[in-house]
Amino acid sequence: MNDLTPNSLRAWPDARGRFGEFGGRYVAETLMPLILELEQAYRTARADPQFRAELDFYLKDYVGRPSPLWHAKRLGEHLGGAKIYFKREELNHTGAHKINNCIGQILLAKRMGKTRIIAETGAGQHGVATATVCALFGLPCTVYMGAVDVERQKPNVFRMKLLGAEVVPVSSGAATLKDAMNDALRDWVANVHDTFYIIGTAAGPHPYPELVRDFQCVIGNEAREQLMQAEGRLPDVAIASVGGGSNAIGLFHTFLDEASVRLIGVEAAGKGMHTHEHAASLNMGRPGVLHGNRTYLLQDDDGQILEAHSISAGLDYPGIGPEHSWLHDIKRVEYVGITDDEALEAFQLCSKLEGIIPALECAHAIAHIMKIAPKMGKDQIILLNLSGRGDKDIFTVAKHLGTTI
Amino acid sequence: MSRIAGVFARLRREGRGALIPFVEAYDPDRETSLTLLRGMAANGADIIEIGMPFTDPMADGPTIQAAGRRGLLAGATLKGVLGLVHEFRREDRHTPLVLMGYLNPIDSYGVEAFCEDAAKAGVDGLIIVDLPPEEADLVLPHANANALDVIRLVAPTTSDERLKQVLAGSSGFVYYVSITGITGTRTASAADLARDIPRIRAATDLPIAVGFGVRTPEQAATVVAHADAAIVASVLIETLCKENAEAVLRDVRALAEGVKAVHKAA
Repeated sequence: MNDLTPNSLRAWPDARGRFGEFGGRYVAETLMPLILELEQAYRTARADPQFRAELDFYLKDYVGRPSPLWHAKRLGEHLGGAKIYFKREELNHTGAHKINNCIGQILLAKRMGKTRIIAETGAGQHGVATATVCALFGLPCTVYMGAVDVERQKPNVFRMKLLGAEVVPVSSGAATLKDAMNDALRDWVANVHDTFYIIGTAAGPHPYPELVRDFQCVIGNEAREQLMQAEGRLPDVAIASVGGGSNAIGLFHTFLDEASVRLIGVEAAGKGMHTHEHAASLNMGRPGVLHGNRTYLLQDDDGQILEAHSISAGLDYPGIGPEHSWLHDIKRVEYVGITDDEALEAFQLCSKLEGIIPALECAHAIAHIMKIAPKMGKDQIILLNLSGRGDKDIFTVAKHLGTTI
Repeated sequence: MSRIAGVFARLRREGRGALIPFVEAYDPDRETSLTLLRGMAANGADIIEIGMPFTDPMADGPTIQAAGRRGLLAGATLKGVLGLVHEFRREDRHTPLVLMGYLNPIDSYGVEAFCEDAAKAGVDGLIIVDLPPEEADLVLPHANANALDVIRLVAPTTSDERLKQVLAGSSGFVYYVSITGITGTRTASAADLARDIPRIRAATDLPIAVGFGVRTPEQAATVVAHADAAIVASVLIETLCKENAEAVLRDVRALAEGVKAVHKAA
């Protein structure tokens, strides 16, 4: 399955870091030499069996991989249709898929001799994962987080501080993920000599979309093997939520050349795609350039970036990783929208039927499964990337359900 | 000869460097910007740089970020900025104007249409912060077709090898980002400039302008003692916020005096 044919959809990006017209390296000159250095370091590391061995060691004994594949029978029976499998990334150390990428990038940072780590975070999952690996490797860590997100994700802010990270609230712009990323980039420009920027999603200037994807591909690779053992075949549908898109591309990538596998990415439709309050960059945006890459963006007629909205802080971003933009344009992946309300309903249903409290991000994908599973045959299989646990979201959910904790 | 090349040729004959002050368009409104453009030209600006507001100016410090937000609140659009240039040009045919901004608004406008419209309005050069040489083929053909100078950023992190690539296809002048950092924060020392400028000089015949962290007439004088032009931005925006446009023009006069006091070999 690793042999790439010339027409393989898995062979991208090209030498310019592009997926079709998307991706690239749109950064200020100060950063450009660093990005080229990072690309070189990544190519060398990837070809080095010792790097692979080190990565595998941490993924197994620290993260707890492989994560299980769970047959969600009660949810399947309730919906009355396809068999549903959960790839349980929420069981990873720190409770989400984000750590897969953080382990990979901090090993790269160490190889490059960098002594300080910075990161951006929205919901705080990537911030916690970054703070965690920094504690493990004894490197100082600064996490940029929108002031609004600091307020609505207090438990994760406390976790990061407990792990020894400095959390910098960002109050520029709408004070959410996009602005946190701006300030992380500004920090990087000012501290290029010693600092490594661990980007949390498969976006940003090349080589980030590629390397984050590669570090997250372990999700799909494991799930594929586990499903082959359980069912002896590939899934009919593989589905994941998309904000920046790292958990989705991690699941999809192994299936890109398998025409029989329908791939579905679920965007946050917020209060509805007909409103201005959503985060559906692919469905409602158009191509542009932000944070170092060409991709679909929510923007106004003058090319000014719009604020996104989602009940899930992790999906609250007006852009998306460039590989998704390309997969959208070539129609290999379907991208659909799920509203806040639909996600809240799925959040509760999954908790009650499977005893698994999913992250609000994943609840979006579950909500779409609720729509398609009943229309599918009992012999058909849906594979979901359950990319994070929902403990961080209980305050948000309680508030929306009118309960005080 | 382009207006920018013309100015540098004249200043070389006069044996002095250039002052390039900065105006963020529409900060806090269109009228103020027009007053500043005209006033700066009359008070010693040799070239003027106009900032095109963008929601996500990732290379800018707090001062220019805030100026951009005020500009957007006042209704700044690229069309509006070009209109401002057009109006300035009706009375001033000789002061070169350089637009500085980020790629997305230009991309959204349409790169070809923007270059055509900018040239028609009277713009002389473009500085696009997030367009490194690796991606410049998007803009270069259209800028060249419309005789717009594409001004390249060179940073302390740009290696000698890379300098050649960065300078290929650039014209007008070279913008040396004298510190690793964002606008309006740290300031390069005379020793830094003495070390860095000859390195760039060896790679190009273009004039070299230095920006980021140049605030006082003394600093501007230090800059032109080593390089060919001093770009001053954040401190002027701070003055505009704390005082008014008159005070900005007073500071521009003082900066111009500082620059003119340094005599350079012709």
